[in-house]
Amino acid sequence: MIETKDIHFTYRTGVEALKGVSLAIRDGEFVAIMGQNGAGKTTFVKHFNGLLKPTKGEVLIDGISTRAVSVAKLSRKVGFVFQNPDHQLFSETVEEEIAFALRNFGFEEAMVEKHVTWALNLLDLTEYRKASPFMLSGGERKRVALASVLAWDPDVIILDEPTIGQDHRQKEKLRQFIVQLNEQRKTVVVVTHDVEFVAECNPRVILMVDGEIVADGEAKKILTDATLTLSASIVPPQITQIFHNLADFGLPSDVIDIYEAKKILSDRLMEMRR
Amino acid sequence: MSVFEGFRFRRVTSPIHRLDPRIKFLYVLAMFVVTILFTEFLPLLVLFFLPVPFVFAAGVQREWLRSLRGALFLATIIFVFNFIFSYFYRVYTGAALLEYSISMSLRFIVLVESFSIFFLTTSPDHLSLALEQSHVPYEFTFAFTTAVRFVPVLAEEAQTIMDAQKARGLELERGNFLKRVRNYIPILIPLIVSAIRRSLELAEAMESRAWGASSKRTNLYTLQLKRSDFALITLSVLLLAVGLYLRYFVPIPTLGQFLPPLPF
Repeated sequence: MIETKDIHFTYRTGVEALKGVSLAIRDGEFVAIMGQNGAGKTTFVKHFNGLLKPTKGEVLIDGISTRAVSVAKLSRKVGFVFQNPDHQLFSETVEEEIAFALRNFGFEEAMVEKHVTWALNLLDLTEYRKASPFMLSGGERKRVALASVLAWDPDVIILDEPTIGQDHRQKEKLRQFIVQLNEQRKTVVVVTHDVEFVAECNPRVILMVDGEIVADGEAKKILTDATLTLSASIVPPQITQIFHNLADFGLPSDVIDIYEAKKILSDRLMEMRR
Repeated sequence: MSVFEGFRFRRVTSPIHRLDPRIKFLYVLAMFVVTILFTEFLPLLVLFFLPVPFVFAAGVQREWLRSLRGALFLATIIFVFNFIFSYFYRVYTGAALLEYSISMSLRFIVLVESFSIFFLTTSPDHLSLALEQSHVPYEFTFAFTTAVRFVPVLAEEAQTIMDAQKARGLELERGNFLKRVRNYIPILIPLIVSAIRRSLELAEAMESRAWGASSKRTNLYTLQLKRSDFALITLSVLLLAVGLYLRYFVPIPTLGQFLPPLPF
């Protein structure tokens, strides 16, 4: 359970990035935090593992204030995958890279080995076990970064812009992967402005504008709300746009899922043919 | 990273910002020489307060204080080392020892202070212009200004990398001295790799914008000495002259004259 109570955060430069944000994320929830650049998304989630402490207000992880424990301790529970894998890769081999965090958390060597093998397998990286992370492609490096966090099996996984620089196939894999994690009762928090990706995942969406939460609810409701999306400078999914534009034909305006859209359209077409 | 803060230029204008960077550098050099001349506490204290009016005229007090705070840590180390070694090798004793150690760290602070003011009030563009007009080859000028310009970018990146590794359970402050040094490997490697990557990208971007296509460069602006610049020249020369005079012709009071005998 992640709880933030009216948190404010001001950077040393004087920029007020968060202006009173209150939110509760229950265990096992799948949440997407959306909003334009500079809306405070990343600043907000950096509070979840204590990297940033609120200048006012409080963040509670399973009832414990992030001020009371170290980042290392919180990270054991809350795994954070950074946007750019190049900000964390440093080891000679992929295997070592993944083992780094496990050793930091004091896993026994036998357990380190087991978890590394498991994480490599999970992300399809087994063949690169002995390769240098610097020789891998961008997408592969991103997966190594992800594996290096998932390896210690945290209860909460925060992904900062996981879809940037990924091709469609990798995105689809990532989506299935998140769904799978979520089915294992893991809490997943995704920071993104990839509307199509969110539309396909259909999580709880939290919309941020200028350091404040302006909307919180089902993806279906938020992504199809023209005023809300406009205020947050995001564009509704393409399928929603088509349905909006064809509203005169009596098409529903709250569709984000392609399969649902296809069904509605084919039903209509069948009717017409008759 | 607070030391860097004291060298980060912010785009504001003030009489100090408008001074010719070449002259400002001359002044810094004069300060440098005079500072090196003295090992006594009193003149160094005067030298420490000498640039304060400049700081206020330029309105960079906050950044300036921050750089001093950053320098304080190193200054403490300098103090401790000088004190210990001078004590054991019996170079100085009593008040002279205390004065020597304090002066050494104060000297360092004064040097940081003057360079900090120079960089806080001189825009990278101005600096490169000054170098160019001093007939430094443009390749060197460009490399220099690029390096200066990327310091804050690098500092920011180091912060992000630190966050990313902390999120993987890295505790920088844990372990003995050697372990603590080793703790920085996961931060330095990504930082260096990304700096090299960035420099290659920058080189490509420059090539694609025809960098170095014409050998004769012209500038929209040229630096010209104004009256205030001549005032600073006079001040710098005066500073140097007074410093040299005091050093060689005037006995300088030492701390020992004001303190009771000390036990070390």
